Amino acid sequence: MTRSSLLGQRALALGIGMASIAVSLLLTALIILAVGASPLEVFNKVTEGIGLTPTGLDMVRFSGVVNFWIPLMFVCTGLLVTFTAGLWNIGVEGQMMFGAVCATWVAQEVFLPTVVQVPLEMLAAALGGAFWAALTGLLKTRGGVHEIFGGVAMNNLANIFSIYLISGPWGNQGGQATPPFRQETLLLPMSSEFRVSAVALILMAVVFGGIFLALSGTRWGLELKAQGHSQRSALLLGVPVERNVLLAMALCGFMAGLAGSVRVLFTYGNLRPLVSGGIGFLGLLVVLLTGTRALWAPPIAFFFAAILGGSTRLKIALQLDQSLAGVVQGILVLMVILANGVRGRLRGRHPAQAPEPSASLEAEEAAIHG
Amino acid sequence: MSVEVRHIHKTFGAVHANDDISLTFADGRIYGILGENGAGKSTLMKILSGFYLADSGQILIDGRLVHYDTPRGAIEVGIGMLAQDPLDVGPLTVLENFVYGQPVGPLPDWQAARRRFAELAERLGFRLEPDMPVERLSIGQRQELEIIRLLALGVRVLILDEPTTGISAEQKSVLFASLQRLAREDGLTILFVSHKLEDVLELCDEVAVLRLGRLVGTAVMPVTTGELVAMMFGQALAPPSRRAATPGDTVLEVQDLFMASERVVMRDCQVCVRAGEVVGLAGLDGSGQQLLTRACVGLARPLGGRVLINGVDMTGRPYRDFLAAGVSFGAAGRLEEGLVAGLTLAEHFILTDAGQGWWIDRERGRQIAEERIAHYRIMGRPDSPIETLSGGNQQRVLMALIPPAPRLLVLEHPTRGLDVESARWIWEQILARCAAGTAVMFTSADLDELVTYSDRILVFYAGQVTEVPDARSVTVDELGHLIGGQRVGEEAGR
Amino acid sequence: MDSELARVLGSVVANATPLVIASLGETITERVGVINLSLDGSLQLAAMVAFVTAYASGNAMLGLAAGLIAGLLVALLILFSNIALRQDQVAVGFVLTLLAADLAQFLGQNYTRIPGPTFPTIPIPLLRDIPFLGTVFFNHNALVYFSFILLAATWFVMYRTRWGLALRAVGERPAAAFARGTNVTRTRYLYTAIGGALVGVAGASYSLAIKAGWANPAVMRGDGWIALAIVIFGGWHPLRVAFGAYLFTGLRALASTIQQTTEFPLVLVNAVPWVLMILTLLLVSSGLVERLMLLSPPWAQRLLRNFLRSAPPVALGTQFTRE
Repeated sequence: MTRSSLLGQRALALGIGMASIAVSLLLTALIILAVGASPLEVFNKVTEGIGLTPTGLDMVRFSGVVNFWIPLMFVCTGLLVTFTAGLWNIGVEGQMMFGAVCATWVAQEVFLPTVVQVPLEMLAAALGGAFWAALTGLLKTRGGVHEIFGGVAMNNLANIFSIYLISGPWGNQGGQATPPFRQETLLLPMSSEFRVSAVALILMAVVFGGIFLALSGTRWGLELKAQGHSQRSALLLGVPVERNVLLAMALCGFMAGLAGSVRVLFTYGNLRPLVSGGIGFLGLLVVLLTGTRALWAPPIAFFFAAILGGSTRLKIALQLDQSLAGVVQGILVLMVILANGVRGRLRGRHPAQAPEPSASLEAEEAAIHG
Repeated sequence: MSVEVRHIHKTFGAVHANDDISLTFADGRIYGILGENGAGKSTLMKILSGFYLADSGQILIDGRLVHYDTPRGAIEVGIGMLAQDPLDVGPLTVLENFVYGQPVGPLPDWQAARRRFAELAERLGFRLEPDMPVERLSIGQRQELEIIRLLALGVRVLILDEPTTGISAEQKSVLFASLQRLAREDGLTILFVSHKLEDVLELCDEVAVLRLGRLVGTAVMPVTTGELVAMMFGQALAPPSRRAATPGDTVLEVQDLFMASERVVMRDCQVCVRAGEVVGLAGLDGSGQQLLTRACVGLARPLGGRVLINGVDMTGRPYRDFLAAGVSFGAAGRLEEGLVAGLTLAEHFILTDAGQGWWIDRERGRQIAEERIAHYRIMGRPDSPIETLSGGNQQRVLMALIPPAPRLLVLEHPTRGLDVESARWIWEQILARCAAGTAVMFTSADLDELVTYSDRILVFYAGQVTEVPDARSVTVDELGHLIGGQRVGEEAGR
Repeated sequence: MDSELARVLGSVVANATPLVIASLGETITERVGVINLSLDGSLQLAAMVAFVTAYASGNAMLGLAAGLIAGLLVALLILFSNIALRQDQVAVGFVLTLLAADLAQFLGQNYTRIPGPTFPTIPIPLLRDIPFLGTVFFNHNALVYFSFILLAATWFVMYRTRWGLALRAVGERPAAAFARGTNVTRTRYLYTAIGGALVGVAGASYSLAIKAGWANPAVMRGDGWIALAIVIFGGWHPLRVAFGAYLFTGLRALASTIQQTTEFPLVLVNAVPWVLMILTLLLVSSGLVERLMLLSPPWAQRLLRNFLRSAPPVALGTQFTRE
């Protein structure tokens, strides 16, 4: 390929990318207009919600964005593993919730010094998430139930279980949440200005780095990649496909559990219904965009966290439903996916590899007949 | 109805699959289209039957120029093709498959269709149960259904693409008899595509030979085998030379194997394969061979009986344990089973390299890949994604992934769809391993391949396994009768 | 207590209507080889659109039409991105699941918990007076009757007409369909549109009849996933699928009845559908049926094949390209 055509393709890709974002913004504006609000005002409130003010960065609000980013990154890290293995771990929401339930149990029932207590809570959450994910994995490997359906069911079961606990055994009279946890059981903010947990932030960075290395450098990472592309062929090449499915699911659940623990131990300080707050699904959207290019995950996740953080102001300031964040994120992802398709079309499909006459024609038939 | 093709050209990428082919076919005659796999005969037939559009050239019917670019269009001018794997719809019943595609109204008259189907089947001597789902039929029965269907569509030119692969001798003689009747009595033009000389010699009135995309000659029967061979190959190719097998210890022992699939139940199957010998598994598709091969590598769990590798009971153990015990498996030789699109060549070698540690040594992977690329003469680099390799080179990679001397090598259809050169090459590799002491067991639908390479042949019929007493002297015709259910030693008359 | 039982069964029939329509729609879509994974979102979006349109126009029929169009557009978007843009059906479907649900919630935010037009109950003369059956089947709104007709029509078209042959062939083996002159792309668009429109009707039948009105969070949340699971449970056969939808609704009703007479916590009753979903999918997907079939006599094999076996259309989720 010549340099100029490569440049041309870069320009084309960039142009289509910009166009898809522009279309997304336009659609969002129309939707906002449809409910009788002003897109400009919404934009202002969202940027305000992120902490971008004319006088500079409002650290308190900005830390709100970071506090969405941290659990989202935990989830994305886990989902990179399942995505590489070709698994749709839609059950990540439930894994967060079950992790949060486990962390809550330790927070309420165990009394130890903070340095032991908090790690124990997080470990319980991680193991709980891993357990919940492994159940979905077992349903798939042993029961033939696709992980999408297993995951959806397990999401709802985790949610119902947490509501049951909140409204019954663990609840206070209102039934809206558990009583606030003791101070010693919580993750603490760095400062009163920058209200972000240092422990969670560092752990997130370590975990992400570790998974990135595991996926790119180890034999196990290569095995996952192989079975993600073709489970059947990977099996014949000697990859322990079934074990890897369970491992990948459990590992992702582990991360989701950690994300859940951050939500209860830092964001809320108690257990609430739907404690995952859609962050698990958002993680799936992020990973859909990045594919297996792990290094793209942090910036994209941050962008999505900013939309989420910014839109928390909408309800109070403009009486607009917070679901707008989901609408914007969904439209963006959809447009990027469609744009990928458009780019593929404009570039023309890869001309089929010049087949040797030998196996090729038969292979074509085989491909059609499966 | 006569058909003429003039100056047909068709290329796929760099391959000139049809290079200036001109032929005329008259009605009432049976033409053999002969050539090795990859000679371009399937391409030409797909152009005639509307699946491909020729890059250039003309098709004339009864002297009149016709244009079409869909199978439907071909049917409308009277040309229909029976594909090697018949293009039918598995879960639909025989009758539904028959009606689907006929020019009927939105509400077909099912009773009338049933009568018409029975009538046509009767005339051709085919016995088919109209309410049976097609997925439960054998290849031979599906071919019969497809012929009935095409005739009902009013086809006057019937193309058959390699119809004798995978059917028994009885099914073949029924097929040949009905084709002859269609040509003689109904005046149909029949194009019989094959790479098997004896079938063409037995059935056809005229023959056209293709090689490497070009028409190399036509002849009116009778012609001698020698003439045809010379046209097909340029020069005659002998199979790789074989020393007499001196089998060693028993490597694979199967005792009282009990397995079942939807189509067949296999009980009390006993098999034994020794080091250095080649055991061929013959039988119609779905007669139990695949159950055996899958059980012997740990990909299917037997319902009863035992599988021993080197005397160790491996029954019910996973595939990986079989690999560790020195078993290698090649499934049907296709990209979907064995190679991972999306991974590079080097990554394939890393995955199968026991010497790789927990942390991947990419340099070692690259070196091994380069070694194998050189040794197996693969056109590709260590970092080439596997899907960018040509089919023949992917075959070579599959072979390169098999260790140099496994204890047991189990192969399903090792050369299906390969051209003669590639098939030869594959067998050289297999026999080299065999000479080094590997026990080989393979399935094939190609009776020639079974007869040529097997030291012993096991015949599968409806789950029953019998050994051919003297595999080195059995003929293709005898084997054809055996896979059709005839007992060993029974008279081959009909 | 004949009439009491009839009343209960009648309410099961009514309450199952959206599930029946949605899962039949999805069955049609999947039988041509297309997965519309967006059901859970599409149902909510269609319900909201239908309610808001009906509320604004005062006309329930207009609402129904609007819901139908919403479902149809979502389904077509999935197929368009698959056929024209070569994107994965499951990926696009998943994004649309979330997006449609959020859109419904955001656009419908000013219309929650207000009364609007509904489809009235229309007892069918004469038939209504049949003892027992009249109460169970013939004392409902028009959408319930529509679901009866839909079920019969789907079965008839699929198994008795030329169109049904093409429909099934396209989902099983597009290459064979193409060889017989069926336009695979057009067939897929047609039936995906019909299936999506039915999902839209199902959504509208919540907000205009069974659970009239619009609320936040949407009352039918989760039912889309249930409908998708019912299609698998029903083995992609319209009669079995409809049976699955009625069975499911019946068991759900049974669970809440049991709850009322025991100490069982109310919230945990909500878990019943999801436990049922897992159990039914396990039953048909775990290979248990196949294993039973291998070892059972022929008559039992046929029974198992027809009632419990569940094999997806072979070409489900794949793309078709001419050679």
